[in-house]
Amino acid sequence: MSQAFVEIRHAQKSYGQLEVLKDISLNVDRGQIVAIIGPSGSGKSTLLRAINDLDPLTGGEIWLDGVQVNKALPHRQYEKHINQMRQEIGMVFQHFNLFPHLTVRENVTMAPKLLKKISDKEANALAEEQLDHVGMLERIDYYPAQLSGGQKQRVAIARALAMKPKLMLFDEATSALDPELVEEVNLVMKKLAQEHMTMIIVTHEMDFAASVCDRVLFMDQGVVVEEGPPEQVFKNPTQERTRNFLRKHLEGAK
Amino acid sequence: MGLDFSVLPPFYGTLALGVLWTIAITAASAVLSFFGGILLAVIALYAPMAIRLPFRFVAWLFMGTPLLLQLFLIYFGLVQIGIDLPAFVAGVIGLGFHFAVYNSELIQTAMIAVDKGQMEAARTLGLSRRQALIKVVVPQAVRDVIPPIGNNMIALLKDSALVSVIGVSELTLSAQRAIGQTYRAFEFYAAAAVLYYIINLGMEAVLRWFENRNRLYR
Repeated sequence: MSQAFVEIRHAQKSYGQLEVLKDISLNVDRGQIVAIIGPSGSGKSTLLRAINDLDPLTGGEIWLDGVQVNKALPHRQYEKHINQMRQEIGMVFQHFNLFPHLTVRENVTMAPKLLKKISDKEANALAEEQLDHVGMLERIDYYPAQLSGGQKQRVAIARALAMKPKLMLFDEATSALDPELVEEVNLVMKKLAQEHMTMIIVTHEMDFAASVCDRVLFMDQGVVVEEGPPEQVFKNPTQERTRNFLRKHLEGAK
Repeated sequence: MGLDFSVLPPFYGTLALGVLWTIAITAASAVLSFFGGILLAVIALYAPMAIRLPFRFVAWLFMGTPLLLQLFLIYFGLVQIGIDLPAFVAGVIGLGFHFAVYNSELIQTAMIAVDKGQMEAARTLGLSRRQALIKVVVPQAVRDVIPPIGNNMIALLKDSALVSVIGVSELTLSAQRAIGQTYRAFEFYAAAAVLYYIINLGMEAVLRWFENRNRLYR
């Protein structure tokens, strides 16, 4: 059986009686960019966070490049396995989660130095390369507290990219930013798209999703309601729930 | 019989040696209490029950009984079960563990207060929980509690006078020895008090330096 690059098979998650993900399956090919949209509480962040096992599923499988991420293993072995897998899955958070006690450079180099045992010299070169990529090279020796929100998020992206991940996850990466700072982060994400990075993006920004993504998933109440290319989902949604959501969202944006 | 501070100069050497021992025992105990405090905090928050409970019991013992009694137990008591510690070592262990327990309470609170996203971000990069604790959570927690830990260290300096009772020739015992020869209690205790105060000022300067060094990241 041929396999997609990222495969989510029958993902299911419940907290006691509450089912937040109900049998979700999704395939993403290498280099594809998928946006997940939907109202808050729809389960879209939970699904994203299940991919690198931050929020473990209660049922179903996650596969990346032919390896099962949430493999059933004894605790110790699983910890080793998941730490390895997470090195290949970059994640960017809504609230950046930069390490405030470290400089921008140290934020980027900490994980590669610790996990890939690279030398200080290699680590510095890596930090410079990645920060240059997101336009933050001139702030390399600043502390996160000295940066704007948009700059923090660009550093967070560089930090994730420094591990050379196969897949990048964005969990509402621009939701916490002032409107005028959103564009600089979107530009970096567009740049990654042009470089064919495989990305799964949870977002509220329909315009951005429409312009960058190959495919859009609309989720509501733990299920995928509608899925397709952005032209179809945004312009000719087949489902009533999608139409309602998009209408409300459009009104909210005015 | 009035006060006569001219009795002091012949004992300057004795007092200076006392100051050195006080600084030595305070510094050694401070280092032990700092790293011991971190270790106890991590155990209290993350170790399995089987390890956590005995540690909590020992911590409770150190907090719930007088430090003086603990020093007696460590120095005079342990000999009976074959552990004969030099007075200085017994003093450092007693003071160090006593204040490690207090430091650990502070560090635990600060570790809980470190944003959950910090651990998540570290784990997402592929760090193990242990690596994330060492590299991300503990350094932030410790930086947040430097001022209150500093207060504990000043209390430690003052409580270091207690080790005079197990025969460590620190400042208080040195003053007592001088008094034993001169019968001039006021002069020597006053001199010791002034010297403690001066050491205290030095310690505060060191603490301020640590605090300033960490200001940039806020």
